[in-house]
Amino acid sequence: MDGLVVTDADRRRYARRHRAGRIALYAVAVVSALAAAGPFVWAAITTFKQDRDLYRRRNNPFVFNETPTNDHIDLLFNRTGFATFAWNTLWVGVLVVLITLALSLPAAYSLARLDRPWGGRMGIAIFFVYLVPPTLLFLSLSRLVVALGLQDSTWSLVVIYPTITVPVSVWLLIGFLKTIPKDIEEQAMVDGYSRLGAMLRVVAPLLFPGLVAVVVFAFTLTASEFIYALAFISPSAEKVISTGVPTELVRGDVFFWQSLQASAVLVAVPIALVFNLFLDRFIAGFTQGAVKG
Amino acid sequence: MSAPAHLARRRLSDRDGVLAWLFLSPAVVYILALVGLPFVLAIAFSLSDVTGGDPSFDWVGLQNFERIFADPVFWRSLRNTFVFTAVSMLLIVVFGKVLANVLIADFKGRWLVRFLVLLPWTTPVALSTITWLWMLDSVFSPIDWVLRTAGLIQTNMFWLGVPNLAMASVIAVHVWRLVPLAAVIMMAGLLSIPRDVQEQALVDGAGYWRRMFEITIPLTAPVIAISALFGAIFTFTDMTVVYVLTRGGPTNETQVLASWAFFRGIEGSDIGQGAAIALFLFPLLLAAAIAILRAVRRMEIG
Repeated sequence: MDGLVVTDADRRRYARRHRAGRIALYAVAVVSALAAAGPFVWAAITTFKQDRDLYRRRNNPFVFNETPTNDHIDLLFNRTGFATFAWNTLWVGVLVVLITLALSLPAAYSLARLDRPWGGRMGIAIFFVYLVPPTLLFLSLSRLVVALGLQDSTWSLVVIYPTITVPVSVWLLIGFLKTIPKDIEEQAMVDGYSRLGAMLRVVAPLLFPGLVAVVVFAFTLTASEFIYALAFISPSAEKVISTGVPTELVRGDVFFWQSLQASAVLVAVPIALVFNLFLDRFIAGFTQGAVKG
Repeated sequence: MSAPAHLARRRLSDRDGVLAWLFLSPAVVYILALVGLPFVLAIAFSLSDVTGGDPSFDWVGLQNFERIFADPVFWRSLRNTFVFTAVSMLLIVVFGKVLANVLIADFKGRWLVRFLVLLPWTTPVALSTITWLWMLDSVFSPIDWVLRTAGLIQTNMFWLGVPNLAMASVIAVHVWRLVPLAAVIMMAGLLSIPRDVQEQALVDGAGYWRRMFEITIPLTAPVIAISALFGAIFTFTDMTVVYVLTRGGPTNETQVLASWAFFRGIEGSDIGQGAAIALFLFPLLLAAAIAILRAVRRMEIG
């Protein structure tokens, strides 16, 4: 605007445009929130409905035509393995995250920091590992799982899931490490730290957002995985949420709809809450990983 | 005692080459054992007559491939896989972009909107798909109820029973689930654009669409391409939505390669054929990935 005179008409035009922009923003925000969360709202309503209310075509499905009931939540907790499935999902997830960090952090450090001539090619090779999909591997992996004596045990998932999470994590961490200036580390080594000392004391704290991104990503991938869990494990007590809930609450043609819906909401809300706490760090980690990797 | 230990440490830290391999080898060994070996095994299975009932390995050459190529369901699944991936990706990129723009803006209630919008992605896909299964129920679907009450339809839609509607439903659920992830990745891209570039353009009088097409989209193109790549791989090889929602039905109208490989290989116990179908995915994935990575590199140089 240098050298131009701003008239009142200009100002009004900008104000109008600004207001229109805000209205559009709120409209899109509300529509997206409804589209994304709508099924969960519907699930929450369904959870507390009595059968008589649920299975009558003429009833308005969005209101309670009969008194709400807790029976179906009671069924979920007291007469199915829901708590066991949730617990299995949690500890498998935590172990997978730990294994992922233990394997991918040194690997990423090696590729990003210790300039080897093969570093770049190795980085791309690891990225391509991500292209090998579970649907291609589950047949031979289920053979391997049997050979290891891990069939029908949750431990098979602990062993196999890092194959999905490690390549992504290495790739994210390489990008992130590249943004931390090398001088910081060299200075620490001049000051008397060993390389390992410099890595732990100086680099690791700066890497924290990247680590958060990896933890969140690895955990959500693990909790959501379906194919391996379905192919490797059949006894109920060893199942995770993804496979346990459908098999216990769908018996032949009979769907226990209210309890199924309850389980979706009960799992969705806590994970989403935790995820939101870390969202900004996750995005920071991803920016560095994706753009500069 | 302390002097030699100190010396040894010095020597190790001086030798980056050894250290590099030491750090890298656990991940490499792990990947070779649990991705490389099964991958080779998958190729071997596809050339064998291994079944669930008869695990002995007999070489049959390309017989499995001949049999799947002769099977109309395979071609149906292949076509469906492409339709499913192409349509989903287009919608995911467009909606993801819109959503990313909303989520980085500053407004009241942003935290709540973020929380609600991310729910589809943070929920294990099997559970959220079951919620959809109930929403699309042939008799009690609330969507049908609304349409009926509004007088738009007379009888129910039978979302999962009519071929085109079933495909549309599968795509809708898949898009619904992946848009949040795409939005988060694109937010990262948007936030990485230097602020002064945007501000300068604003000062120079560039309008919203002009800024969008001449600054935002070119600068975020690599990130959009990468999220598209991730999403395409995810979509191309995913079968959970199909498995839970339609089991490939009605009469294989929504079958994709991944689900067909699962039904053949695990539930039908024909491991050789299942492996051959699954293996068919790989060259297609490789070509797509190389194309996209090349495009990204060219953009970064240009």
